[in-house]
Amino acid sequence: MTNREVILGRIREALKIVAPPPVYRQGGMKPSALPGSPQQWLPPVGPTLDERIELFSRNAADLQAEFHICANVGEAVQYVKHWMIVDGWRKIGRHSGELTDAVAPALGLAEVRTEDGYALNDLESCDAALTECEALVAQTGSVLVSAPSAGGRALSVLPPHHVVLARQHQMAPDLGAALERMQEKYKDKFPSFLSFISGPSRTGDIERILVLGAHGPKKLTILLLP
Amino acid sequence: MKTHAQEFSESARQYTADLRHRDWIQQALSGYYAKRDECKSRFQNWAGARELAAEIKREAINHLDRYLDEFASKLEARGTKVFWAPDAQAARDYIVGVARQHRVRSIIKSKSMTAEEIHLNEALEKNGFKVVESDMGEYIVQLRQEPPYHIVFPAMHLTRQQISGLFHDRLGSEPTNNPEDLTMIARHIMRRKYCEADMGISGANFAIAETGMISITENEGNARLTTSLPKVHVALVGIEKVLPKLSDLALFLPMLATAGAGQPITCYNTLYGGPRQPDEPDGPEEFHAVLLDNRRTELLADAEQRDALHCIRCGACLNVCPIFKNVGGHSYGTTYQGPIGSVITPHLRGLQDWKHLSQASSLCGACTETCPVKIDLHHHLLRNRRNAVRGHPGRREKLLQAGFVFMMRRPKLYQFVARAGRRLQPLQRLIRGTIFDPLRAWTQTRSFPSLAKKSFRELWRERRIP
Repeated sequence: MTNREVILGRIREALKIVAPPPVYRQGGMKPSALPGSPQQWLPPVGPTLDERIELFSRNAADLQAEFHICANVGEAVQYVKHWMIVDGWRKIGRHSGELTDAVAPALGLAEVRTEDGYALNDLESCDAALTECEALVAQTGSVLVSAPSAGGRALSVLPPHHVVLARQHQMAPDLGAALERMQEKYKDKFPSFLSFISGPSRTGDIERILVLGAHGPKKLTILLLP
Repeated sequence: MKTHAQEFSESARQYTADLRHRDWIQQALSGYYAKRDECKSRFQNWAGARELAAEIKREAINHLDRYLDEFASKLEARGTKVFWAPDAQAARDYIVGVARQHRVRSIIKSKSMTAEEIHLNEALEKNGFKVVESDMGEYIVQLRQEPPYHIVFPAMHLTRQQISGLFHDRLGSEPTNNPEDLTMIARHIMRRKYCEADMGISGANFAIAETGMISITENEGNARLTTSLPKVHVALVGIEKVLPKLSDLALFLPMLATAGAGQPITCYNTLYGGPRQPDEPDGPEEFHAVLLDNRRTELLADAEQRDALHCIRCGACLNVCPIFKNVGGHSYGTTYQGPIGSVITPHLRGLQDWKHLSQASSLCGACTETCPVKIDLHHHLLRNRRNAVRGHPGRREKLLQAGFVFMMRRPKLYQFVARAGRRLQPLQRLIRGTIFDPLRAWTQTRSFPSLAKKSFRELWRERRIP
């Protein structure tokens, strides 16, 4: 017998005894309208795009992420250049994509491109990362990235500043809607890596005091293009 | 050798008398309470969310064979090596085997209570493999060579001065009282470790059956680095982590963050569905998922307490438990502390050796009330007490019970004993708390109420015959 059969056998044996109904359903309590769907209980999200962008913006601010709405690529370049000058960037990591290809050349910096493989130390020494994403989540202020949409696994976590370029149509109301989009897009050919990023890396392990940039980026900037 | 019960009792007595420790924990948790309540209030209806979460876990656990099989098959279809570990030894041997096969030199690990449960680090180190914990709190307790104090906040018992002193002694860093500086010291050390490590070990918060993915929740980014850079990734997954559908995460991720840390959402919630795929630029060449039973199926077989397997390890029940806050996390001597640990440890490690934990409760029910997946925690503690007595009745308790029954069946005897008690109680004051006191266990630290001057029977008689 394989281990798989052993464990599944134990489980089937255990489940022969039916569990009693949960306490909250016992004792003549009327079955309530609960449980319904997650959207009924989770924090509310407005129906229009403007409301969702507004909510995303508030949540991003709470998470200490920087969020800007850009009218065009030129404006996005201005925001990125601002940080380039302030923090003295010399080298950035990025992947090839419609938006990254439009913004990166205007910076005139040395680049590490991840799509064809890269040297780890080379990427580690980058001052910032420029990526795209799969979706933004209004309800939580999160950015959903995947291996194909953000240049692999490491690019969005290794450099100290992560800049995300997104389009308005990528704004999803909640986590469930963002995951649903992934299921529609990839069917059963999912990328090996998907991550909801909610603000810059943080820790509270020392006296529960919040410190940003624990192991991942200290800064997260999200630029929303039309 | 001391029994686990004696060790618990001694440690609990020491910690409870340490007022500074109690203040410290209380203070650490007060911020959590405020943030947790604020996050809950953002929900349209937290009670509805809890009930839905409980129903989803109930479905998953009561059809575990089907969902686990689906999970494993989907993972394997994408090139993941799935190992089914019936017990801790099998899991340890397998992971040591993977490390040997790849001749790894250094291992980086992200936080996993399941790895603590099977003492994975000790096993790897005994076989010559160096393991570095990358989570900040876990790294600190690893340097101190002690187990995590709390399943979510491993180093919550330490002050910044203690951590600064530890880093100075062990890492040679300059002393500092700034938490940010301390964090950066660890960050710099860890960066080198990530780049050198050739194997990464992680746990998993959820296992998604529908799509064959594990989900890891973390704030620091250490788990993401652990699972991205080394060429081998091993994830240790308890079989109870299963969720049926990908969309279930939409509920569980915000709930875990709210209940666990008082955050609306944790910084990184990452899904891994396999090793690096052909069109992807990076990621491990090999991904191993180790599915651990280790007596979880015995808990599953206890239909009454099966819902204890709903646990998502958020730690909320520890944070509200008056016993935890007084005796501290280390007194338990278990991997999982607090109410959930007291419920499941007797199942995972033997009822008779760990039955004393069923008494580590005031039965106030705060744990049951706060649990995001509605585990009937404090009633399970009572069930464990009952089962422990059934399996192994104590002679003293049996004798006391028999004596009590004998007396209660004889009204005259009862009246005599009650009257004698009233007369003798003043004398008890002379021996209170000493070894001659039959009520010593109680009276050492508490006062014993005095018996009423007149019994109900006497009062009844007086008032009926005016």
